[in-house]
Amino acid sequence: MSIDALSAILLIPALSAAVLAILPGYRLTAKLNVVAALATFLTSLSLFVVEPASGQYLLMDDLNKVFIVLTTFVSLTTSVFSASYIQHEIEIGRLAPAFLRFYHAMYQTLMFAMNLALVANNIGLMWVAVEVATLTTVLMVGIYRTHEALEAAWKYFILGSVGIALALFGTILVYMAARPVVGEGLDGMVWTVLVKHAAQFDPALLNVAFAFLLLGYGTKVGLAPLHAWLPDAHAEGPTPISAVLSGLLLNVALYALLRFKMMLAVNSAAIAPGPLMVTMGLISVIFAALMLYRRRDIKRMFAYSSIEHMGIIVFAFGMGGPLANFAGLLHMTMHSLTKSAIFFAVGHIAQVKGTQKIADIGGLTVTNPALGWGLMLGVIAIVGLPPLGIFMSEFLVVSSTFARAPWLTVILVLGIIIALGGLWLRIGAVMFGEPKGKTAPAEASYVPMFTHLGLVLMAGIYLPPVLVTGFQNVAKLLG
Amino acid sequence: MSSLQFDIAHLLAGCLVLASFMMLYQDRLYALLNVYALHASVLALSVAWQAYVQQAPHLYVTALIALVFKAIIIPVALHRIIKRLGIHREIENVIGIGLTMMAGIGLVALSMVVMLRVTPSADALAREDLAFALSVVLLGLLIMVTRRNAVSQVVGFMSLENGLVLAATGAKGMPLVVEISVAFSVLIAFIVIGVFLFRIRERFDSVDVQELDRFRGERR
Repeated sequence: MSIDALSAILLIPALSAAVLAILPGYRLTAKLNVVAALATFLTSLSLFVVEPASGQYLLMDDLNKVFIVLTTFVSLTTSVFSASYIQHEIEIGRLAPAFLRFYHAMYQTLMFAMNLALVANNIGLMWVAVEVATLTTVLMVGIYRTHEALEAAWKYFILGSVGIALALFGTILVYMAARPVVGEGLDGMVWTVLVKHAAQFDPALLNVAFAFLLLGYGTKVGLAPLHAWLPDAHAEGPTPISAVLSGLLLNVALYALLRFKMMLAVNSAAIAPGPLMVTMGLISVIFAALMLYRRRDIKRMFAYSSIEHMGIIVFAFGMGGPLANFAGLLHMTMHSLTKSAIFFAVGHIAQVKGTQKIADIGGLTVTNPALGWGLMLGVIAIVGLPPLGIFMSEFLVVSSTFARAPWLTVILVLGIIIALGGLWLRIGAVMFGEPKGKTAPAEASYVPMFTHLGLVLMAGIYLPPVLVTGFQNVAKLLG
Repeated sequence: MSSLQFDIAHLLAGCLVLASFMMLYQDRLYALLNVYALHASVLALSVAWQAYVQQAPHLYVTALIALVFKAIIIPVALHRIIKRLGIHREIENVIGIGLTMMAGIGLVALSMVVMLRVTPSADALAREDLAFALSVVLLGLLIMVTRRNAVSQVVGFMSLENGLVLAATGAKGMPLVVEISVAFSVLIAFIVIGVFLFRIRERFDSVDVQELDRFRGERR
């Protein structure tokens, strides 16, 4: 088999993981980590030029192209941020240099697993990839080995495993449903074959399968009431991992869910997955919005904001139709970019101030103007104020669903407004007010943060027509 | 398929559910591990029988993994961990044993109702297997939520994985990819758990998960 771009985006991170596990010296490995992420990103861009053929194991279509490019891009910027972040962690002795070999190898393994989940054409392979991604992040969340980090990692591990176990049961049921139609063996798990024949599958079995898949992968998406692992894992792990978790891993789990939704859509006798997803999405939005008011830890607060936004995205995809899907896709992209930018800022802020407690951070715009205003811009974006990208995508979600389900949309808007209030209330004192805590200048890398924010701002003002047609194609594909 | 073959497969799968029930009422860690070893042995027998009935030799590998790895190596290793940590005392249950058993019976009934109703077209063996497998999975979940001790939660999780293996082997002709992955995931899970247990031991005097709860970020 010759190596095309599709296998290259798997091979580059896999090989780099092996190399980084061996090499000593964190300065060198941090740079190599960036180089590997850059190579993966460039390879993923080449997918637009030459489209590789799909096989029995790997798949390439418009849907996963969007996810792959977004994933590799955010991994690249996060690796740049991570380089400066861990340097500080080593200087203050929070991380031992010996751990970094492990950290970088895990980072690349995570990239490999996420890319594999996105390109897998076999639902069993996809499940394995999501499981590997979960295990690597569990290990990274626990890397500080404090009480809190261990508890967070343990909780994440237990809940994540239960979720992943339910997803496997769902996967087995899908195979059971497919077996009488497509026959025994490998074909029964190939997604393209399944979609082609899904109309003849036993609808009752498919329904039960989807219930398990929704619960299983939904745990990984962080939908309420299955979200309990998410805030802890975000708050206690290293900040680059929080950025990757929120910006990427949640999307990967959502992608798995979308694939199965597409399969169910083909079978008219099976339940419509839409209403289930809409319900879970709305519960997540309202719940997370209310939880925002009582947060004392800044990373935990933004983790709840991630639950809220995943809720909005799942709501949009649940409503379905070309417009709502387009809006959901745009919102997912904007959220990934904005939320990781926020975590970049928060990571440096927590390092400068030496704390994550909101009460101990104050007057950032005075003490560290660049970080302060960067975070401010990020928060303005994430609460959905114009003219940034999230305003536009939220506006699209609301306007595309209002005609079909006015009451549901009213609930959604209410959730968004409650969340806006919560974030605003908490972030005001952090930004302005009296300067609190240490006021040392930050040795931060501003490039990743402002690149993301710049893209979000640009998307809010002007969406390039290429992007619009691309997203429209995907939206049609999603049905 | 002859009725004898079906009866034996049925019997073995039923024994697995029974073993899950036995795990529910154990109140000592060593006893719990012993029952888990029994659980894994029954699984190995059941998978081997499926391999024979379906004439699928690759399933013998899965059975062997279940026997060697899950029924022998893991229980022995956990025994040693418990001894080293000195936590062989009683397991604290969140709710009483009577109530747990009632909940277990309810879960088994639920999985029978759900699975038998949605699979009328599948062959009888696969139907029964799936229904039993779902029971084992749900009972594993029940063990996990009713125990506070980290080791017994791990055991609950492993019994849940056994249920998944039963389901995967019951689905005739399921590609090998999945069986390997299931065995593989157990392996990884065990390593991860081992690492965590030791780290937890470094920091705490107990592996009681409730102990961990005190350190929640929000209550600092």
